[in-house]
Amino acid sequence: MIEEGKPIFVQIAEQIENDVIDGAIEEETQVPSTNEFAAFYRINPATAGKGVNRLVEDGTLYKKRGIGMFVAAGARERLLAKRRGEFRAEYLEPLLAEAAKLSITTDQLTDMIRTEGTQP
Amino acid sequence: MTHPIAPDAVVHVSGLTKRFGSFTALDSVDVTITRDKIHGLLGRNGAGKTTLMQLITAQDFPTHGDVRVFGETPMENAGVLRHVCFIKESQKYPEDWRVKHVFASAPHFFENWDADFAERLIADFRLPTRRPIKKLSRGQLSAIGVIVGLASRAPLTFFDEPYLGLDAVARQTFYDRLLEDYADHPRTVVLSTHLIDEVANLLEHVIVIDEGRILIDSAADDLRGSATTVVGMRRVVDAFVADREVLHRDGVGGLASVTVGRLDDAERRAALEAGLELSPVSLQQLVVHRTHAGSAAFEVSA
Repeated sequence: MIEEGKPIFVQIAEQIENDVIDGAIEEETQVPSTNEFAAFYRINPATAGKGVNRLVEDGTLYKKRGIGMFVAAGARERLLAKRRGEFRAEYLEPLLAEAAKLSITTDQLTDMIRTEGTQP
Repeated sequence: MTHPIAPDAVVHVSGLTKRFGSFTALDSVDVTITRDKIHGLLGRNGAGKTTLMQLITAQDFPTHGDVRVFGETPMENAGVLRHVCFIKESQKYPEDWRVKHVFASAPHFFENWDADFAERLIADFRLPTRRPIKKLSRGQLSAIGVIVGLASRAPLTFFDEPYLGLDAVARQTFYDRLLEDYADHPRTVVLSTHLIDEVANLLEHVIVIDEGRILIDSAADDLRGSATTVVGMRRVVDAFVADREVLHRDGVGGLASVTVGRLDDAERRAALEAGLELSPVSLQQLVVHRTHAGSAAFEVSA
């Protein structure tokens, strides 16, 4: 689950973001504690805490005193907007680079996307 | 030269040198161990790891230099040493002891000893408490050490290669219990090990020692991504790495695989556009490259 090359706290933050985006954790519900994340991913609790804090700082999570961390209202929409912004650099550019390497034209690529997109 | 001691330093070592005859085991080492963090103390056999831990825990005298533990010199200092637990690879016990005698005596040495936690760990590791210690397997002996190290809850705990003979399941049990208990009872832990891949994610701070000198002293997070392997056509790779420090080089036919330091986003994009593949370097690989060791010096985890 944890991969090399990327700071673990970033991966923890992204994992929680993914759970919020796909609805596994709903807005205004509680997320697991730092120690629960640490035990589940088998990572240092301080590292897990750093990942959670990153999401508190950007407003995805908020802290209820003495209870724990909750997903903020509107967090899902904000995360979707952020991820759409990153989509080009993360997915589109590598796709176009690989297509160019294999001499796949833009038209062929568009056709492939249309075909795949209509698959059930 | 004096170094200011950080307020959260549990151990502060400065200019520490240890010679055995003409052999220099530690060569003017400066290092700080920080409160309530899990540290990895890594390096090859004979690099000086055990010597460093023995000097910190006052089991030997330094040739030069200064050791402070909880701000005091540890030598013959019972007030300091009762806050320290040192689990070593081959602990000796009295000849006629059974397993239960170890756990009966432990509370006298460790004021934070948790007997219930020890009971749970004994069950986890399936340790036969009535058996004479000299009849235990190597793995069962290691399990005793691991249980004492965890249940002592000492403010400063050293595990020096604690798991000889422990199988993969038992080692995972150790890591899981360490993380759980550390989360509930934060304390300073130093884990010395060859199984770097297994413990990499548990560590908050990494100290690598080689030939008696500190080679890496860094937050674990900062080390991730501090090296990258560039793979591709030899001439393209060579052009890309031309003016960089090369940590490791490998190749077959026209292909080359070269490990270099951290690449920023622009450099990564440039590498990908040049048709090169980038792959991350694990902590274990990083330590192997930095200590110029063959990978055979480190066990490969299952």
